[in-house]
Amino acid sequence: MARNSSLPITIAQVTKTYGKVFALDHVDLHINSGEFLTLLGPSGSGKTTLLTVLAGFTRPDGGSVKFGDAEMITVPPHKRDVGMVFQNYALFPHMTVAANVAFPLKLRGVVGAESARSVERALEMVRLGGYGTRGVDQLSGGQRQRVALARAMVFEPRIMLMDEPLSALDKQLREHMQIELRQLHEQLGMTTVYVTHDQREALTMSDRIAVINGGRIMQLDTPRAIYERPANRFVAEFIGESTFVPVAVAGGRLLLAGQALQTAEPLPADGPRLLMLRPERLRVLGAGEDPGPGFNLLLATLAHTVYQGDSSLLQVALADGTRLQVRSASIGMADAAQLSPGRPLRLALAVHDTVLLAPEDGAST
Amino acid sequence: MNALPNAAALQRSARWERLGLASLITPALLLIVVTMLLPVCWLFYLSVLSDAGAFSLEHYQRMWEQPSYGRTFVTTFKVSVLTTGICILLGYPLAYFLSELPKRAANLCMVAVLLPLWTSLLVRTYAWLVLLQRRGLINSWGIELGLWDEPLALVHNLAGTLVGMVHVMLPFLVLPLYSAMRAIDRNYLRAAANLGAGPLRSFWLVFFPLALPGLTTGALIVFILCLGFYVTPAVLGGGKVVMVSSRIANDIEIFFNWGAASALGVVLLLLTALLIFGAMRLTRVGALLSDKAAS
Repeated sequence: MARNSSLPITIAQVTKTYGKVFALDHVDLHINSGEFLTLLGPSGSGKTTLLTVLAGFTRPDGGSVKFGDAEMITVPPHKRDVGMVFQNYALFPHMTVAANVAFPLKLRGVVGAESARSVERALEMVRLGGYGTRGVDQLSGGQRQRVALARAMVFEPRIMLMDEPLSALDKQLREHMQIELRQLHEQLGMTTVYVTHDQREALTMSDRIAVINGGRIMQLDTPRAIYERPANRFVAEFIGESTFVPVAVAGGRLLLAGQALQTAEPLPADGPRLLMLRPERLRVLGAGEDPGPGFNLLLATLAHTVYQGDSSLLQVALADGTRLQVRSASIGMADAAQLSPGRPLRLALAVHDTVLLAPEDGAST
Repeated sequence: MNALPNAAALQRSARWERLGLASLITPALLLIVVTMLLPVCWLFYLSVLSDAGAFSLEHYQRMWEQPSYGRTFVTTFKVSVLTTGICILLGYPLAYFLSELPKRAANLCMVAVLLPLWTSLLVRTYAWLVLLQRRGLINSWGIELGLWDEPLALVHNLAGTLVGMVHVMLPFLVLPLYSAMRAIDRNYLRAAANLGAGPLRSFWLVFFPLALPGLTTGALIVFILCLGFYVTPAVLGGGKVVMVSSRIANDIEIFFNWGAASALGVVLLLLTALLIFGAMRLTRVGALLSDKAAS
């Protein structure tokens, strides 16, 4: 089944409007051959629209979609030869599991023993060997998901599209399937475009993530870069937790509550900026502990603590009243006594975690 | 045994709940028994009485021996099959079109489909008579426009009967078919296209089988209603299309022979029951009940 040919996808100027609203606003995106790219965004961001444009279900107002060198924008869906896994699987309820998986083969003139072999191999691949004779309604959610996957890859498409394929599964199964999907992708190597609104899923699975909002790509980068160096407030807010503190760069210095901070990147020109603080990157220092070089030191007072099991979320206030959140590992029953409100805290923040963003760009959505 | 507290009271309340639920069907059940079950039994009883009042199978024997009865049954089934077939040909594309419309527009069109049901059956049937007769609207226009020279025989025959019956029956086919089609998740069709099926194949392999329970239900309703239809064949058939119902009416109104009429009714009832049973076995109408097509 491993056919080592996959195709790159080149999207240029793709635009789709509904009335005056842009579902897709001049989207340009190049997806490398064999890449696992995730379209991540809130509902209504245009990520699913972009996927359905790739599949051929949505006719955009204009633009270009190329698979390899072939222009696809006017090619009807049944001639695009891409695999797709639907959000609710869309398994044909009037067919058995095997008939569902054999469906694309039948349409390609593959029948009889050859078809049966391919079907069984595809089902084994998703660990459902021997389930062929079952009805679709006899399967659990996770099993349906796998059948949908087997059906989408049995005809060895060179491009695979997935529309929130795991959103209907419970958390444990979802995390398990994430790893399995990733392994299958590595095994088969087809170019994969994956749509999700779940940031953790995107971070776990992708080679690259395109964060989409309002029909535009806000940032396109590796999961690590997206998380560590978000391009703007929207991306920073959508992925992970963060506190934003309005600050000003003046005279080549950045001051927060009277303390000068060093930043990851060289300081920008004077003017207002947003300081992004990830709660888990702020560390509470022990008494007399020296943060050492490469760290900024912040002095704060504990306001209150939210116990969340594995970790606690501390609400702290700086000297000027600025409120921050600090995530710190819980330390068992002793926690409660130690973290009483009003206690002064010293916080360490690594310089490479001190990230400045442009003020309020593309944030208000 | 260690009895839980309030176990008896909880059981009692569960029993009352079930009883309350069962009581909901009582009025309908009574109605069916009084207006359906008892008359059918009475009918059956009448059909096995001779004119003298003794037990006898003479009515059934006569039906078997006289070929005119056989012809009546053949006509009845022929008219019913043809009407059902024409309704499917006209109704299927219509239901499909409606199911593709946005909900509001579809509802509006549905009102148009149902509009004929708001008018009296008799009025509609006589309206067709006016339109279709020798010097009716259609013939006079056709001749005036030079489409044909002599008035066509459009009524008092099979053609006229079919026109009238299709007109009456079409909504009964479209309604269940439309709702079955509406319930089909369009993602199935997207999936079919994505997997390589062009419009025709995605229709035959996916849409048609999923809409089949609706089609079977609609066709069955139309067919069964046709079997017992009286007014339209009597008026538009002009005595040339003799259906079982007309024959029953004759037996009673002209010959006052309740026994013969009852025997006809019993045979029609049994044949219809047999047919429904066969159709259910063939196409598994039960699939509609398990809302397989819907999810």
